[in-house]
Amino acid sequence: MAKISDLKFTYQLFMKAYLYRRVDWHPGARLKRPLREARIAVVTTAAFFMPDQPPFDTSIRGGDYSYRIIPLDTDLGTLRIAHRSDAFDISGITSDKNLALPLDRLKALADEGVIGSVAPRHFSFMGSIAAPGRLIANTAPEVARMLLEDEADGVVLTPV
Amino acid sequence: MCHQSVGLIQSIVEKAGIPTVSITLLREVTERVEPPRALFVDLPLGYPLGAPGDTALQTRILMSALVLLLESIPPAIVRDFVEVLH
Repeated sequence: MAKISDLKFTYQLFMKAYLYRRVDWHPGARLKRPLREARIAVVTTAAFFMPDQPPFDTSIRGGDYSYRIIPLDTDLGTLRIAHRSDAFDISGITSDKNLALPLDRLKALADEGVIGSVAPRHFSFMGSIAAPGRLIANTAPEVARMLLEDEADGVVLTPV
Repeated sequence: MCHQSVGLIQSIVEKAGIPTVSITLLREVTERVEPPRALFVDLPLGYPLGAPGDTALQTRILMSALVLLLESIPPAIVRDFVEVLH
């Protein structure tokens, strides 16, 4: 069970006092086709990056708001992790990237006909962004545009 | 802060016209950020899809999230992953 009160005391103080941001998404989108025909993409904040991509910059004040594109054919075992947060146990996603970026699970669901297909591009952020202004203004809308270009019908997001 | 970041990215993608669902391990944060659809999984931070190597559990959690895409909103949905995980 994860609760704010289980976290380190310094995190508790921060997270209880923090004024959480919201973005108005109303009225909300609808799935345009049945799940068995839908193309699914994943966005994770697990800070995965590919060996030929720069790691996330853990020194940026307010948090690194950039993202890395993870193509569908990536060998998940080659992904690296550059996460700033020590609030979570990193050993799970280190040993099995599917725990946060379930591309192998989605491929199996597509093979079984449960979903239509898996999108060609997936996206990784580093979630520790206490000052999300540029995430909201720039990088998250960029990712949304690429998901539209890829004709993703539905998106699953995972924190760590 | 991962949960706020997920909720914000999710809300922006939803606003762009694609239905979204997130996994949450910290219900308290998700309820404050209020993204469109979330599946609460009662596990420690770092384990959104269950357990490393447990492909069956990962698939069940993923499917529970995917079926939430079929649900009409608003209002925002926070649904529990109902299996006992301890």
